[in-house]
Amino acid sequence: MPRVNYAAPSSVDEAVKALAGASGLAKVLAGGTDLLVQLRSGRIKPDLIVDTKRIPGMIGIRDEGNFFVIGAATPGVMLSSHAGLEHAWPGIVEGADLIGSTQIQGRASLAGNLCNASPAADSVPAVIAARTIVVIAGANGRREAPAEAICTGPGRTSLATGEFIVEFKIPKPKAHQCDAYLRFIPRTEMDIAVVGCGTNVTLDANGVCTDARVVLGAVAPTTVIVEDAAKALIGHKLDDATLAALDKAAQAACKPITDKRGTIEYRTKVAGVLARRTAAIAFERAAAR
Amino acid sequence: MSYLDKAALKVVGTRPIRPDGVDKVIGRASFGADMTMPGMLWGKVKRSPHAHARITKIDTSKAEKLNGVLAVVTAADFPNIPNEEAFVGEGPMNFRDLSRNCMARDKALYDGHAVAAVAATSSAIAEEAVDLIEVEYEVLPHVIDVEEAMADGAPLLHDDMFTQGIEPKPEKPSNVAKRITFTKGDIAKGFAEAELVIERKYSTQPVHQAYIEPHACVVSYGSDGQCTVFSSSQGQFMVRAYCAKLLGIDMANIRAIPAEIGGGFGGKTLVYLEPVALALSKKCGRPVKLVMSREEVFRGTGPAAGGVIEVKIGAKKSGRIVAAELVLKYQAGAFAGSPVGPGCMCAFAMYDLDNVHITGYDVVSNRPKVAAYRAPGAPNSSYGVESCVDELARELGIDPLALREMNAARDGTKTPYGPTLVNVGYIPTLEAAKNHEHYKTKLGPNQGRGVASGFWFNIGGESSASVHVNEDGTVAVVEGNPDIGGSRASMAMMAAEVLGIPYEKVRPVVGDTASIGFTFLTGGSRVTFATGMAVTQAAEKVVEQLKSRAAAIWDISPEAVEWKDGKAFPAGSNAGSFEPLSLADIAVKSGRTGGPITAEVSINAQGAGPGFATHICDVEVDRETGHVKILRYTAVQDVGRAIHPSYVEGQMQGGVTQGIGWALNEEYIYDKNGRLDNPGFLDYRVPVASDLPMIETVMVEVPNPRHPFGARGVGEVPIVPPMAAVANAIADAIGTRMRDLPMSPPKIRAALDEQEPPRLAAE
Ligand SMILES: Cc1cc2nc3c(=O)[nH]c(=O)nc-3n(C[C@H](O)[C@H](O)[C@H](O)COP(=O)(O)OP(=O)(O)OC[C@H]3O[C@@H](n4cnc5c(N)ncnc54)[C@H](O)[C@@H]3O)c2cc1C
Repeated sequence: MPRVNYAAPSSVDEAVKALAGASGLAKVLAGGTDLLVQLRSGRIKPDLIVDTKRIPGMIGIRDEGNFFVIGAATPGVMLSSHAGLEHAWPGIVEGADLIGSTQIQGRASLAGNLCNASPAADSVPAVIAARTIVVIAGANGRREAPAEAICTGPGRTSLATGEFIVEFKIPKPKAHQCDAYLRFIPRTEMDIAVVGCGTNVTLDANGVCTDARVVLGAVAPTTVIVEDAAKALIGHKLDDATLAALDKAAQAACKPITDKRGTIEYRTKVAGVLARRTAAIAFERAAAR
Repeated sequence: MSYLDKAALKVVGTRPIRPDGVDKVIGRASFGADMTMPGMLWGKVKRSPHAHARITKIDTSKAEKLNGVLAVVTAADFPNIPNEEAFVGEGPMNFRDLSRNCMARDKALYDGHAVAAVAATSSAIAEEAVDLIEVEYEVLPHVIDVEEAMADGAPLLHDDMFTQGIEPKPEKPSNVAKRITFTKGDIAKGFAEAELVIERKYSTQPVHQAYIEPHACVVSYGSDGQCTVFSSSQGQFMVRAYCAKLLGIDMANIRAIPAEIGGGFGGKTLVYLEPVALALSKKCGRPVKLVMSREEVFRGTGPAAGGVIEVKIGAKKSGRIVAAELVLKYQAGAFAGSPVGPGCMCAFAMYDLDNVHITGYDVVSNRPKVAAYRAPGAPNSSYGVESCVDELARELGIDPLALREMNAARDGTKTPYGPTLVNVGYIPTLEAAKNHEHYKTKLGPNQGRGVASGFWFNIGGESSASVHVNEDGTVAVVEGNPDIGGSRASMAMMAAEVLGIPYEKVRPVVGDTASIGFTFLTGGSRVTFATGMAVTQAAEKVVEQLKSRAAAIWDISPEAVEWKDGKAFPAGSNAGSFEPLSLADIAVKSGRTGGPITAEVSINAQGAGPGFATHICDVEVDRETGHVKILRYTAVQDVGRAIHPSYVEGQMQGGVTQGIGWALNEEYIYDKNGRLDNPGFLDYRVPVASDLPMIETVMVEVPNPRHPFGARGVGEVPIVPPMAAVANAIADAIGTRMRDLPMSPPKIRAALDEQEPPRLAAE
C-alpha cells in the first residue's frame, strides 16, 4: 500500500534536516493546492512531505525598508488584503489573485506557484518583472537568487536537494514605477493561462519610459523575460509605433507549443496583444503616481 | 378531470421549496457514492489505454494474489450476450453492445474502455491490484473523426457491421451502422422553384453532459441469488432491466434502489458500473462499491453525439422556403446507436415545408459509445438548420424572426417525419421574442445579436404512482422517477391541488423497483407529463374514496358528496345537512370505514405535447483575442403550463448554459494515438458562473390539453437553439460565419485574421 510520511517542523533548520535526510522523494508543502492534487492523481509519489507552514516567518508580509518581505507560504488572500503591497504592486497582486477561486486563495502561495514550475503560473511574471529576490534555505545556510533563476523547465527548479524558499524580497517601487498583469483564458476564471504577461515600467516626469521589464508566461518552457520588449519601451512614450514594436518583440520571444490550451500561432498573437494591454495599464498607473 | 382554469388553482403555478432541497443544500442527501453496506468491498475498473486494440491475453493472477483482493472479473465472467435491440433506456441500445461496453470482450474500442475489474478490502488495494492485472494488446489503427470513419479504408471497428437501410445489403462491412431517410413532397421540384439556394456544411463536437456526480453504485449479490443495487441513475427500472439481462438474473431477484442523483442530463440513462459490481459481488459473496473518478467519467462514459450537418435550403425572394435538404453524419461512438433519428426528425420541425429530404448516417468510431443528452440529436441538426436559415435571412435582408414566422410550423402542419402538429405554440414564441424589449435594444461596436429556434417532441410512456393517505390526514406520494429537475415538488403540488390540501402536507418519495409499479426512466422530458398524469389520477381515485367514506359516515350515497378545498360536503341541500369532513377527519376514521385509503395508478401516457423555443443572444467579440462574451440572453419557450415556474425557468436556464458551452468551448481533445487529452473540467471547458449573464426566461403557456394541468415537457428544448443563436450573434458581430463548433477564441481570431490583418500584428 502506498504510504507517505509527513513532517511539520517548526524551524528552518529542522525542515532542512528533514528534507536532506529523506530516503526517497521529499516534497515541500506550502498551500498544497498543486501538491495534493498531484498526490491524489498519482502523478507524484513522495516518501516525505515537509509542511512549511508552521515555521515562523513562512506566512506573513513584512515591510523592511526598501523591500516587502513575503513569507514563502503566505496565501493569496493575505497578499490581496495587504493595502501597502496592493498599492505598490497592483500587478503582482492581480497575478496572485487570479489563482483559482476563493477557496484556493486561502491556501495558494507564491512559493508554490513558482516552484510548481509551470510556465503558466499566474503570479510569476509580475514577480519577476519587479526584480524580486528569493531567499533560499539549505544545508549550507541561506542564499539569495533572482526569482527568474528558480524555474528551469516545466516541473523543474534549480533548487538543490534539501533546499527550499523561505521568503520573497520584492523591491519597493521607485517614483513613477508601476506594473500590471493580464492573462488570457477562454473563460473568465478557473482556467490555466493560455498566455500571461506581466509588465513593469518606470517613467520619467514626461511619461517617457526609463526602465521596463516585460515577462511572458505560457509561451515557452519557462517564463520569458523579453529583453527586446523592454528595449522597445525604454526611451519612448506609449504611442502607436512603440506599441507596434512592443507587440512585435513579444511575439518574437515566443517559443510556445501547440497543446489543448492553444496553438503556437494563437499563443504568439495573444502574447503581442497582452504585452500591449499590460503596457498600457502599467504606463497609466505609473504616470498617475 | 382537467385543471386548465389557472385562476382556480391554489398550489400549481406557485413556487414552493422542493422537498429534497434542504438535504441537498446542507450536504445530507445520499448520492450514489454515499451508501455503504456491511462487509462492503471497494471495486476498481481497469481500462484500456488504447483507442483500438485486440485483447490477446489478460493475466489476473498477480492481482488475485495481492493481500486484500477478493475478486477479479473480466469479460469471461459475463454471459456472452447475443445481438438484441433493447428498449430500456433513452435512445437506441443493443444488449450485446451494452454488455461489451461495460466490459470489453475480444477488442478494446476506445481509450478508457473497461477491460477488467477488481474488488478489495480498501480502495488503495483495489487501485494497486488494477495495476497488477496484465493485459496484452495488439494495437490496431484507430479512427476518431466521423467523416474519416466513413471513408473507404478506414479502420473497421466491427467486421460484422453492414450498413442497414441500404438495398441491396452492402457487400463490405463499414463503420456506417445505418442510413435513414425522410422524404416529404418533391425536393427537385422545390429547388427548381427556388430563387435563392443556400448550401452549407456545419459541424458539432461530441460533448459531455457534465453532471457533477460521477457514476457510482453499491451492490450486493446474495448467495441465494437475491440482489440489491443502490445507484445513481435516471431510472431504477432501467438499471434492473439491464442488470437482469446482462447477467441472466430474474428481475424479481433484483431490487434497484435509486440514490439521489447529482445530475444526469441523459448521461445516466444506461449502466456502466452496476453489472460489473454485481459480477464482482457474485464472485466474492460480499457487497461491492464502485465509484468512477472524474477521469473515468470522461474517458469511459458516453458523451452526446457530435457530427456533420450539411444543409441546403431553397427559398423565394419573399422568404418562403420551398425546399430543404439535409444530410447528417452522427458520431455513435464505439457501438451503433447515435441519435441521428431524432436529429433528422427535429431538424425542420419548426417549419411548415412542402418539400423536404433528409438523410442520416449513424457512424461508429473509436470513442466511448454516445449517451443521451438533453434532446438527443436535435441540437446538432438544429445548429446547422438554424445557422443556415440565418444565412438565408441575411442574404435576403429579412428579419430572422419574420422569416421564421413566415415559414413557421403551426397547428395542422404535417411534419417531415409524419405526424401532424396540434396545439403547438411555436408562433407565440416568435411573437414574444419579437416584442421583447431585448430584441429592440441597440448594440455597440463588436457586438452582435442572433436568434434561433428549436423543437423537441417530448414523450409520455409508462408511469406508475401511488397516493397513500396517512392516519393523520397527511399524504405520501410514491413515484418511480429519479428526480433530476425538481419533479418531486411538481408531483406533490399536483397531488395537493387535486386533494385540496397544502403542499407541505404531501411528501413525495421515489420508490425502488419493488415499491412502485414499472415506470420508464427519467428522460424525454416525460416525468411531469406522464408521471404527473399518474399522480393526478391516483389522487383523483383517492378523492373518490374520500367521498365514499364521507358518504358512509353520513349514510348518504357517494354521488351526493362533493369534494372541495380538501373537504367533503353534501352536494346541495337534497343530500342532507352535515358539517363538512376534512381529509384529516376522514383519515382518522378510515380504519372504521373500510381500511386504509390508497390508490396506485399505472398508465401508458399518450399525448405529450411538443415543445418549441426561440432564443435571443447578444455577444461581444474581442477582436484581438477572439474571446466571445455573452452579453445578454433571453429564452422564450412554450412550456404548456408551468407546474412549478421556478423549476421550469431553471430548466430553461440550464439548457441555455449547456448550449452556450457546446457553442463556445466544449470539446473532447484526442491525441494522435486516440487518447483523451482533457479528461477533466480544467481543460474540458464548461461555462463557469462568471462567464454568463443571468439568463432571462419568458414562459409562453399554450396548455397541452392531453395533460390534466396542461403540462408539456420543458427540460430538453432549451438546449436546442443556443448553439445557432450564439453562432448567429457572432456572425452579426464580426461579419464572418463560424460553422464548426466549438467557436473557441483561437478559431475566431483565425477567422478575423482572414478578414484583414490586425493593424498592430507583427510584420
Ligand atoms: C482549482 C485550482 C485552480 C487553480 N488555478 C490556478 C490559476 O488560475 N493560476 C495558477 O497559476 N495556478 C493555479 N492553480 C495552481 C496552484 O493553486 C498554484 O500554483 C499555487 O500558487 C500553488 O501554491 P501552493 O502553496 O498551494 O503550493 P503547493 O501545492 O504546496 O506546492 C507546489 C509546489 O511547490 C513546491 N513548494 C512549495 N513551497 C515551496 C517552498 N517554500 N520552497 C520550494 N518549493 C516549494 C512543492 O513541493 C510543490 O512542488 C490552481 C489550482 C487549483 C487546485
